[in-house]
Amino acid sequence: MEVTFRESWGIIHGMVFGALFLLSFSGGLLALYGLRPDWMTTRGLGEAATKLKVWVWSMAIIAWGTVLTGTYIVYPWYRAKPPEGTTNLAAYPRSFLLANPGAAGWHSFGMEWKEHIAWLAPVAATIVAYVVSKYGTELAEQPQIRKAITWFLVITFVTAAVAGLLGALITKAAPVL
Amino acid sequence: MATNQDTKMKNGPAAAALLAGGIGALAYGIFIILSEGVESIGHALNWYNPSGNLSGKSTMMVIVWLASWAFLNNKWKDTDVDFEKIATIALSLLVIGVLLTVPPVFDFFINLF
Repeated sequence: MEVTFRESWGIIHGMVFGALFLLSFSGGLLALYGLRPDWMTTRGLGEAATKLKVWVWSMAIIAWGTVLTGTYIVYPWYRAKPPEGTTNLAAYPRSFLLANPGAAGWHSFGMEWKEHIAWLAPVAATIVAYVVSKYGTELAEQPQIRKAITWFLVITFVTAAVAGLLGALITKAAPVL
Repeated sequence: MATNQDTKMKNGPAAAALLAGGIGALAYGIFIILSEGVESIGHALNWYNPSGNLSGKSTMMVIVWLASWAFLNNKWKDTDVDFEKIATIALSLLVIGVLLTVPPVFDFFINLF
């Protein structure tokens, strides 16, 4: 059993950050949903708002960590061009996929979508984190703002989920070794 | 006597943050179409060769997002705005930005050139 240096970065990018992102999203969504004045005391609202800030800032930081490691560490290995005359393309995932007509779609659709959609997650997550920090317990009194950032939070999750799922499937077809 | 309306925080900063996100997402979609469809723009956005033009288009999106956020926040920081209308626009722009990341969708626009 062996994990290469490149694979370990793939694990950090996909599995470690992915798992932490899911955890922080779940915590953030539940905390945001529960931030209602008719459900809590004033003290309870304050504690819930503090927890919500921790969840959403964690989510934003993790999302930035994921796209930055993906774009500047893992993706360059994925798209590296093989030297002239290379016949074994296993170490060059992009070229490997494109050389196989049955697998080319994993690059032309899968990776093309993944690399682009992923960048919207940290942007939307940062906006949610900012608004939660700015308004705190007042989100309970401003349902319009709470509703809008809930939608942004859900879109953050959808964009990250698409990128994460495609990443897992592409890695299965052509791992970065 | 202060009323709840007086003490309530202004909704302008939240509206500015959300709309800036929508503007950034739409700009990103446009950068994707231009970088994939126009070779010279694709080259111009190749700021870090190992990552290709993803480096330039994602960084440009972040610049547009933060610049529009700074502008809108400066304009709305002490005011109440029509939040429902702005949030709907922001959410629509964000969804358009998400759709423009789908290869068949951005390819459709590239083929219009």
